[in-house]
Amino acid sequence: MKFLRDALDGIKPNFISGGKWEKWNPVFETFETFLFTPDHVTTSGSHIRDGVDMKRLMTVVVLALFPALFFGMYNIGYFHFEQLVAIGQLPSYTFMEAFLFGLWKMLPIIIVSYGVGLGIEFIFAMFYGHSIHEGYFVTGMLIPLIVPVDLPLWMLAVAIVFGVVIGKEIFGGTGMNILNPALVVRAFLFFAYPTFMSGDKVWVAGASEIDGMSGATILGQLGSGAEAVVAQSYSVMDMFIGLIPGSIGETSTLAILMGAVVLLLAGVASWRIMLSGVIGAGIMSALFLLWGGALTDASALIGLKPLMDFGFNHLLVGGFAFGLVFMATDPVSATQTNTGKWIYGFLIGFLSILLRVLNGFPEAVMLVILLLNVFAPTIDHYVVQASVKRRNKRVEDRIKKALSA
Amino acid sequence: MSQDIRIKRGVDIKLVGKAEKMFANVPQATVFALRPDDFHGVTPKLAVKEGAQVNAGDTLFYSKYDDRIKFTSPVSGEVTEIVRGAKRKILEVKVLVDSEITYKEFNTNASSKEEVIETLLESGAWAYIKQRPYDVIANPSDKPKAIFISGYNSAPLSVDLDFALQGKEKSLQKGIEIVSKLTTGKVHLSVDGSQPSSIFQNISGVELHNVTGPHPAGNVGVQIHHINPVNKGERVWVVTPQDLAIIGDLFLTGKFNAERVIALSGSEVKQPRYVKTIAGTSITNIIKDALKAGDHRIITGGPLTGTKISENGYLGYYDNQITVLPEGNKHRFLGWVPWLYNSIFSMAGSSLASKGKEYVMDTNKNGEERAFVVTGEMEKVFPFDIYPMYLLKSIMYNDIGEMENLGIYEVAPEDFALAEVINTSKINLQKTVREGLDLMIKEVG
Repeated sequence: MKFLRDALDGIKPNFISGGKWEKWNPVFETFETFLFTPDHVTTSGSHIRDGVDMKRLMTVVVLALFPALFFGMYNIGYFHFEQLVAIGQLPSYTFMEAFLFGLWKMLPIIIVSYGVGLGIEFIFAMFYGHSIHEGYFVTGMLIPLIVPVDLPLWMLAVAIVFGVVIGKEIFGGTGMNILNPALVVRAFLFFAYPTFMSGDKVWVAGASEIDGMSGATILGQLGSGAEAVVAQSYSVMDMFIGLIPGSIGETSTLAILMGAVVLLLAGVASWRIMLSGVIGAGIMSALFLLWGGALTDASALIGLKPLMDFGFNHLLVGGFAFGLVFMATDPVSATQTNTGKWIYGFLIGFLSILLRVLNGFPEAVMLVILLLNVFAPTIDHYVVQASVKRRNKRVEDRIKKALSA
Repeated sequence: MSQDIRIKRGVDIKLVGKAEKMFANVPQATVFALRPDDFHGVTPKLAVKEGAQVNAGDTLFYSKYDDRIKFTSPVSGEVTEIVRGAKRKILEVKVLVDSEITYKEFNTNASSKEEVIETLLESGAWAYIKQRPYDVIANPSDKPKAIFISGYNSAPLSVDLDFALQGKEKSLQKGIEIVSKLTTGKVHLSVDGSQPSSIFQNISGVELHNVTGPHPAGNVGVQIHHINPVNKGERVWVVTPQDLAIIGDLFLTGKFNAERVIALSGSEVKQPRYVKTIAGTSITNIIKDALKAGDHRIITGGPLTGTKISENGYLGYYDNQITVLPEGNKHRFLGWVPWLYNSIFSMAGSSLASKGKEYVMDTNKNGEERAFVVTGEMEKVFPFDIYPMYLLKSIMYNDIGEMENLGIYEVAPEDFALAEVINTSKINLQKTVREGLDLMIKEVG
């Protein structure tokens, strides 16, 4: 790799201050540090430093997203070809065909996501004169996985501009944001272009062109009372493996669990948030199972009965696993204290199912995580204050002792 | 009643080059230097001029703002050079050593607290008594609520105290006797609970604590936090065992003899071993022919807290160790790829801590500085009831009230050393903490 290093060293003088293209230094530096870890050495404090840095951290998260990404690609093809088979347009299809179809649909989305997002990052980096901070490498992979497959690309681009600028850059960039930028993008899409983000036509590639075909999500069908249809079409195994309609990367609990294992083994994401989230959602689902009958009997809530009876299957659908594993654990927008993480995760699980059932709102996970992002600093504040109180109490005790002596 | 401490949060970084328990034969250096920078917060005022003859124990400089605190020559000889830096800041006071060291005599007949303090101040041994909070030399007028001595070195490559202090039992006992006169409270001595110490078990007049667990269990700050934490307005004094032996010697013989046993360690040392030497020695003889070929980082002190020095540098006043590591000033192709380069925690790489293997680590930062992103990582190596990231942030935005609330009085820079090693954002935490402590000294005192 010496020739590459030499080449970089050769053009480097153009980019440092005083050089021909000094304004482009952040761009150059980003590529340089991507290829070669810098030769920076420690100057004070600990002379040795751990091998992990932000680049490695973000790389691990992107790797953890791969199972969900690949499954999502297959799932796109699977549903697309299944509907063609159903109306008799296509006799059969192979696994590889389904996967390649998904790949073909997926590539433009990924390219737009990284192109637009990194473009904005570069502009801000050049404006502030620092190198690109790595946060968007993950955000850019998260966004394609949480949108419907047929979303027009220009809408995606507009949403990314909003999400990156308003969700992150105005606060000061990676590490400073209050909300998870990927979820801001999705929330923007949901409220700005609702017809492309919900309903029964958007989740399956090409479904809008075929009359009479429905690719509604499970939660959407349950909400409209089509309990029997759901029970007929999808087994619990389907839900776990992910052969259900939904946003591209969020359907397969199995693939997401594989990602979760990578994150936890690498120590990147908080197991506290994941575990307490599952506990919270489990408790809420159990409560609905127990009291669902009493609540809905002869009351206005009768329409919600299918959602309540869905029970623990709630944990397998509607992006719950994806949200909990990849969105809620974002260290910047989550709570920062260990105690706070337990509370934060639990509330996400608990409120997601509550909102989803009582509001009949399939997007509950996304909105609850955004809500808890906002409340995360408040939760942390009370956790930290508890430690402050313990400390102040020591002083008070000492004064009391001195006074009584 | 002794109180045992078990530390769970922390990590033992196993590095190649731990000193073997034998002495290297090193001829004594000819030049010694006292560096005011070793005494944080002290503004030096010279007491000698170039060309002056001094005995071991004669004052070279003293603190401008408290002239009771003196810094004395560790050897006798001629003051050959006073090295100054920018704005005429005094960097080093060099002494060319006599062939036979002559000592100034001090009053050992100290029975009261005042007399003890007087002798310690006159001889320069007062510098060995540091205080918490702030991790600076103690103020002789303060009344400490307790004195803490950590007899457990848990830092990587650190000196084995049983080996370094062998034969010094009497000096240690005398030292304990002396420092216990300084406080109305207790003298706490903590020892490694996992292996009984031959040196410390017979020491009397102290409250003995068994400490077990990984580094930073041996940090005196951790022990204070778990035994008798420092509150606002309180003072605790600390002294290290080797320094305590020097204090004991002073009162046994009347001479200030800053002789100590240091470890020459690190992966770039051919044969890591111990050296008997004197504080402030030039390291030229010690490292001569002792290092492997290549680019080195020579550190006086340990790999986590020491100071970088040149090949012609001097042993720090408090240091018991010279560490030599490979300099990491090289680019690494795709260095961010996980599992390509070691991590201490499982954080995206192989774990140093879980394997018995010893590792070579260089001084590369392994990444660029970023804002804080990862949460919860510092807590894994920070055994305090303190939220490290909150405290660091309060230091960064200079909020004194918040620093107080979050526990600034209980920490020293060294307590953040491990957090600094594993920090993904590559922020210099020890420097940040030092700045916070300095601000507190200025604003609160």
